[in-house]
Amino acid sequence: MASPHDLHFQEFEEAAELLSADPGASTLSMSASNPINTAGAAPGEDVKLDLSEDEEGQEESSELLGGQKAAGGFWTFEYYQSFFDVDTVQVLDRVKGSVMPLPGRNFIKHHLRSNPDLYGPFWICVTLVFSVVISGNLSSFLSEMGNPSYHYRPQFHRVTIAAVVIFLYAWLVPVALWGFLSWRQGSERQVGGYTFLETVCVYGYSLFIYIPTSVLWIIPFEWLHWTLILVAMVVSGSVLVLTFWPVVRDDTKVMSVATVVTILVLHTLLAVGCKMYFFHTEVHVPTAAPTSPPLHVTVATRAH
Amino acid sequence: MATAAEEEASRPFAGLSDVSISEDIAVEGDISVPVGPSARRDDEFSTLDEPVKETVLRDLRAVGKKFVHVLYPKRSSALLRDWDLWGPLLLCVTLALLLQGGAADSDYQGGPQFAEVFVIVWFGSIIITLNSKLLGGTISFFQSLCVLGYCILPLTAAMAVCRIVLVAGSGAVSFAVRLVVVTASFGWSTFASTAFLADSQPTNRKALVVYPVFLFYFVIGWMVLTFSPSQ
Repeated sequence: MASPHDLHFQEFEEAAELLSADPGASTLSMSASNPINTAGAAPGEDVKLDLSEDEEGQEESSELLGGQKAAGGFWTFEYYQSFFDVDTVQVLDRVKGSVMPLPGRNFIKHHLRSNPDLYGPFWICVTLVFSVVISGNLSSFLSEMGNPSYHYRPQFHRVTIAAVVIFLYAWLVPVALWGFLSWRQGSERQVGGYTFLETVCVYGYSLFIYIPTSVLWIIPFEWLHWTLILVAMVVSGSVLVLTFWPVVRDDTKVMSVATVVTILVLHTLLAVGCKMYFFHTEVHVPTAAPTSPPLHVTVATRAH
Repeated sequence: MATAAEEEASRPFAGLSDVSISEDIAVEGDISVPVGPSARRDDEFSTLDEPVKETVLRDLRAVGKKFVHVLYPKRSSALLRDWDLWGPLLLCVTLALLLQGGAADSDYQGGPQFAEVFVIVWFGSIIITLNSKLLGGTISFFQSLCVLGYCILPLTAAMAVCRIVLVAGSGAVSFAVRLVVVTASFGWSTFASTAFLADSQPTNRKALVVYPVFLFYFVIGWMVLTFSPSQ
């Protein structure tokens, strides 16, 4: 009766002594038994060695596991914070990867590296909405400058339309694609499949090229518009194709080609649709107007 | 001895026999201990009895003090500590009202509606605040809303200036003047709000937080600049 009680008491004292000797040492309950046995020459050091080895082992195994790092349930704030775990440098690197697709590099494997984020897709979509609307407004203003009956309008209702279209594209198409790919892969879901977040991420970053394109569309040359659309679609489309081809090529020939073609067609529809709706340059563009500086508001519109 | 013991025994109760509740001890009165000569402790916290003018003036003074902080953005924590949303509401309503009455040939194709301005300002602020918190910022939700709302002040002032300039005329000169004023106030707004917000972010994510703020004030500046009056 005395010895087990004494042992228990002794354990507590020893651990407390160790802690007071080195208050910085982190304590793990499971390794509490070890220092008791080796409580000889340097108990503090033993404890530290044990714990640090343990911690390193834990860190390594978590890195090997990789995959989703979602913490907590979807009702906690930390769950959503794990989708915004990126630094400025990483975002810039991903943006660069989306405008310079190299044949060997899969965007998801090379740039995302199992840390997909929602910051890029969301803010790229928002920026694209406003850049398309503002550039469209400017371009129609510039093209109608010589027209005396033209009265400038801000056309703010376009923001709503652009926002609906772009956000639907950037969020619904990845859902559909991810669902389709998961269904086609069936049992091999773990191997080579992309998670939902990675799909959304790729689509979001692939839209980045349209932002400078829409700004350049202010210049009211029709041939320039179509050239820019072509370049943007090639770049953006190749990012998507390079990402999804390795996943799709294991399927039957017909299905894989059909999937890739559908991806490209939807992407084209978005680009051309935006151009047609927001940037319809009128046929009677005055030949002198494109070269005149944009700040000259013709006084004729205000003449009474 | 017996009598002494008896006396001792009865002494503890001796005082009690003299007590008569009805005469000596009043059972009414207040239990609060007065601290100062005439003020009770409750007076500092109870504002129920002060005149309405004083209540309104106190809030207005707080709002005004924060306006001054926005106009001269120093690294002070006054804006963050005592946040309030009266100032942002006031500024948002003023801005939305000033943006009315323009290009009203048809409501379609015109400038932003009153509700659209509200939606853009408030939902924009909420989204930027959520973004900053998701990226690991230490600022609280309402503090961030407060800062973003108060920093609309330069743009509201620019809107007022633009309307005055537009009364004078709407040619190229007036456009150039408006462009300069709006650009300057947009820069001021962004600078002022980042002076308050950027401190709460880790260094490697500051740009990620500042960019949405830049976009927010850019869109508001665009709304201010493209305001064109009806003919």
